[in-house]
Amino acid sequence: MKPFSGQVLFLDRSDINTDEIIPARYLTENTREALQPFLLEDIDIEGFNPGTDLHAKSVIITRANFGCGSSREHAPWALEANGIHLVIAESFARIFKQNMFNCGMMAVELSAETLDEIFSTYAGTDTHLITQLDKNRFIIKNHAHTHTISFSLSGFDLALVMAGGWVEYADLHY
Amino acid sequence: MGRTVAEKIFDDHRVDTPFGDIHVIRLDAVFCHEITTPIAINDLISRGKDRVFNPSKLKVVIDHVTPAKDAKTALQGKILRDWAHRHRIPDFFDIGRNGVCHALFPEKGFVRPGYTIIMGDSHTCTHGAFGAFAAGVGTTDLEVGILKGVCAFHYPHSIKIIITGNLPESVYAKDVILSVIGRIGVNGATNKIIEFTGPVIDAMSMEGRMTICNMAVEAGATCGICYPDKTTVGYLWEFIQNDYGSPEEAVDDFSKFLPDEDADYEEILEHDVSALEPQATFGYKPDQVTAARNLNGTPVDQVYIGSCTNGRMEDLRIAAQVLRGRRIKDTVRGIVSPATPKIFREALEEGILRIFLDAGFCVTNPTCGACLGMSNGVLAEGEVCASTTNRNFNGRMGKGAMVHLMSPATAAATALAGHITPWVP
Repeated sequence: MKPFSGQVLFLDRSDINTDEIIPARYLTENTREALQPFLLEDIDIEGFNPGTDLHAKSVIITRANFGCGSSREHAPWALEANGIHLVIAESFARIFKQNMFNCGMMAVELSAETLDEIFSTYAGTDTHLITQLDKNRFIIKNHAHTHTISFSLSGFDLALVMAGGWVEYADLHY
Repeated sequence: MGRTVAEKIFDDHRVDTPFGDIHVIRLDAVFCHEITTPIAINDLISRGKDRVFNPSKLKVVIDHVTPAKDAKTALQGKILRDWAHRHRIPDFFDIGRNGVCHALFPEKGFVRPGYTIIMGDSHTCTHGAFGAFAAGVGTTDLEVGILKGVCAFHYPHSIKIIITGNLPESVYAKDVILSVIGRIGVNGATNKIIEFTGPVIDAMSMEGRMTICNMAVEAGATCGICYPDKTTVGYLWEFIQNDYGSPEEAVDDFSKFLPDEDADYEEILEHDVSALEPQATFGYKPDQVTAARNLNGTPVDQVYIGSCTNGRMEDLRIAAQVLRGRRIKDTVRGIVSPATPKIFREALEEGILRIFLDAGFCVTNPTCGACLGMSNGVLAEGEVCASTTNRNFNGRMGKGAMVHLMSPATAAATALAGHITPWVP
């Protein structure tokens, strides 16, 4: 199983699409690792600099409809190549979310209210998130605050995370 | 309880329900192109599972960057080509026979009402125009589809959008779907199937229905579906004439995929288009839609007519009607890419390519190229493109460039004027 804890990158915008996560001009790469330098290169967020802001981050917390647009699995691969295995958002586009779990990664939904509170308390600060999958909860903390937040995964999503992905699961069952 | 189209198709194809609302369905076709398939192929090889579930159910094309533009895209084509030959996949379309997947595969008769289809391409939803369930997936889903012929989906909840009224002159399928996306938003149908129906869809050609369903994903939908009818059968007749005594018999048979009257929808929307004007997008999201006249005067550097949204014969005919006997503004680079070799040939024989050439357009071979900024018309930073494609995302057609989505008629009128303008016949 992949690690799901670490430093948090906050992306305070809805509808971040897969062209922003990994532009199509890099889809000619034939390995996942080659995508590493290009993650979020075209993201439309004022002041965001992928060169410095991605450093040492392992978790993304963002808003609604993350991963909309193209079906490219290069989006989760580019995240994984940068050590990011967990994205937390209000909602996800269908294909992106399935791609994440198919790769044994996690795309977890939290309510808009919970995310508002997280953003207002933690965004802009040095924030760490711990995933306790067996307890279905996150612990999020910075120098001044700590929150414990419950989440739920569907049985299928959890099975994919545990199996290591959809290929492994399907090969056993079909 | 009655069933929607997608529910009927799922009932016909269900293999397993391993968890809650997860439905594993059998696939009638798996479509493949050279951008998302090679990594699946390499992964299958590395797992010692270089197999395919059924070569005749795989339909394979090199379309995104063709001819190859560099060593990397040449390698992507080679991986796909070698694989197709190795597994004796009968329907493999290489250069000279290749075209934009979502235009080529319907044209070849590979889509039928009631089919289940996946592809590693988000615009696979296009094929729902035939009353099929067709969904874009990632490379891992594609890999399992290639190997096992199955795919897992959440329960297919549907919304129904009834397009009513009369389409005004110079307003087309593209304007209809842009206005729908503008209304429901880029997240308006996430995880849902959209059934498009109503008199405007009934009167629409298969080309128009494909344009509509093509952009269902821009509202987040898994698939857009139109009901199979005599128009569907008319399009497919050359491929199914040996299966049915008459077109009427085929229409009757396909009616088993129509929704029941008491089918359950999450939402039913009426969308009246009688007062609709030619539409165009602004900004970086496909739901940022306005009347094209509101963008009047916005200068453009390039006009692109093509893609799986609007690169079909009907689209080229409409654009040519606008361009006939006129020259595009000399500040504009016009590019037209007929979506398949058949369309290219028809446009040639009808004199449509001559109209484009006389107007000052560059005519390219069939390819996806410019639509996603990979080849054949990538924009420079700060440039603006009026485009008949489906995505205006930041950087989509070139880093730092702006894309305005519109119909072929509006794009052609914009090319003549040098700035965004609707076509006034």
